[in-house]
Amino acid sequence: MNPTVSATPPGKPRLTTSAMIASIATEGQRTKPAPFGHALVELARNRADVIGMTADLGKYTDLHIFAAAFPDRYYQMGMAEQLLFGAASGLAAEGFTPFATTYAVFASRRAYDFIHQTIAEEDRNVKIVCALPGLTSGYGPSHQATEDLALFRAMPNMTVIDPCDAHEIEQVVPAVAARQGPVYVRLLRGQVPVVLDEYGYKFEVGKAALIRDGSDVLIISTGLMTMRALEAAKKLVGDRVDTAVLHVPTIKPLDAEAILREAGKPGRLVVVAENHTVIGGLGEAIAGLLMRSGVHPAFRQIALPDEFLAAGALPTLHDRYGISTAAISDRIKTSL
Amino acid sequence: METAPTIANAPTLAQRAHNIRRNALRMGEVQGQGYIAQALDIADVLAVAYFHAMHYRPEEPSWYGRDRFLLSNGHYAIALYAALIEAGVIPEAELGTYGSDESRLPMSGMASYTPGMEMSGGSLGLGMSIAVGMALGLKRKNSSARVYTLFSDGELDEGSVWEAIMSAAHHKLDNLIAIVDVNNQQADGPSTEMMAFEPLVDKLNAFGWFVQRVDGNDLDAVVAAFDAAKSHGQAKPRIIVADTLMGKGVPFLEQREKNHFIRVEPHEWQLALGALEAGKQS
Repeated sequence: MNPTVSATPPGKPRLTTSAMIASIATEGQRTKPAPFGHALVELARNRADVIGMTADLGKYTDLHIFAAAFPDRYYQMGMAEQLLFGAASGLAAEGFTPFATTYAVFASRRAYDFIHQTIAEEDRNVKIVCALPGLTSGYGPSHQATEDLALFRAMPNMTVIDPCDAHEIEQVVPAVAARQGPVYVRLLRGQVPVVLDEYGYKFEVGKAALIRDGSDVLIISTGLMTMRALEAAKKLVGDRVDTAVLHVPTIKPLDAEAILREAGKPGRLVVVAENHTVIGGLGEAIAGLLMRSGVHPAFRQIALPDEFLAAGALPTLHDRYGISTAAISDRIKTSL
Repeated sequence: METAPTIANAPTLAQRAHNIRRNALRMGEVQGQGYIAQALDIADVLAVAYFHAMHYRPEEPSWYGRDRFLLSNGHYAIALYAALIEAGVIPEAELGTYGSDESRLPMSGMASYTPGMEMSGGSLGLGMSIAVGMALGLKRKNSSARVYTLFSDGELDEGSVWEAIMSAAHHKLDNLIAIVDVNNQQADGPSTEMMAFEPLVDKLNAFGWFVQRVDGNDLDAVVAAFDAAKSHGQAKPRIIVADTLMGKGVPFLEQREKNHFIRVEPHEWQLALGALEAGKQS
């Protein structure tokens, strides 16, 4: 049967499908516009070495905010990601601190060797900030960066950060600028939810944070999955399931101490949740850590499947692939 | 030697080129292998770069005012080490460590290993992109230093090189001087048979560069090309297309069947050094 207009049940609004960029904010959620762009402008006021670079995706990575504020410190490199990162290495070699932006698929897949050889191997001070991490685009595999954490985790010298919300992104920008060396940051752009301010959360590179405590389940999550985990934890209260959430924004270097401390507490199911393929991301990083450390809790991974994902509307896809709030709470209930 | 000699001194440059070739052959003998044919072909260009064109301080390889030299074709490291030894950046005593464990002179050039090595090559096609960034950075700092980058004709096959070629012209990087070594040899055979990159001068002109094509083993021509590249008045990046002869200076290597990784028998290194000396005296 062809998917035609008549396939939509009457009275049910059609979801916008296959959008390249879709907001991950849920209805009524507090948001902030372009937190990365505004935070970079703030940083650059006191840091003359900070420059912005992009490969024809300034508007789509919120770098246009910086470009408007500091036009003479902004480099449009054209739709050429290999050049973007090679040139960023050259500018870093001359003492500048480039924030180079594109989509996560292009940095992790097309330009990998350039980042590996000209930035990571030479330990250049380049901040790679990439939109559309994991499954945050309805465009299909061309724009869904489901392997980026695995790829950048495997790269020596690289720090890897997956922020949760606007509150965190605002803190990540000055924090990575203060850290010498290459950093890969997953970026939520546009209208970005604000969640973690309610918990008095403060970001620190390499530090995990227990956002809420609970006695039945420990969700260890990163990126936008932490806001989903917090929503799921609230839902699970109604099912008499007491859920802790440990937020791990820095995938590398991993906060082994905090993870072992929390995962080692007896009697809790440990669930690692990430917006990334089940292979090579936070889940397998933690599994390896626990195995090496002799800590063996009941363990589940909530992650994207090892397959090329479909095009479609994000809510549909997040449900289908198990990373929506409802899918998380259902998975936990069936695992207990 | 903060400031290079301003008067072209052909005999001196010829001596420098000879010494670079000799240093390279001595390193090749240490390992019994190496990209020696390339080192011999590019020695004249390196002699002009390091003893005529570039500003640097041998005792302070990271001096902020230095001209940057990016070796994109990292397998030419043996040639650049030979030049850096001749320039006094690397002590001659280290020559015997070439390619050995713990040496600062690995067989493929890497920035963190060697004084005077500005980038990690080896994965071909990287240098021009880094050069664009460095040239932009030097302009940001109002530095009068230049970026030189050497790459091989085989690297012209890499799409990223053309991204950077377009970008350098777009950003009017008149502080960037590229040199492409056209020895018409890459891993699988003659470069022009691997990918038809000619007519190269027309292409580079069309891309907005100031282009010169010279015999890369004619010292006077190379000196004139570097001089013109430095003094050219237009706001364009500059490139010297240097046609070179693999094995130049050692007749039996020049005549050997052309090969990307030329085979030299153990007893032939001394013969090659002898042939090089004989050629100098004739």
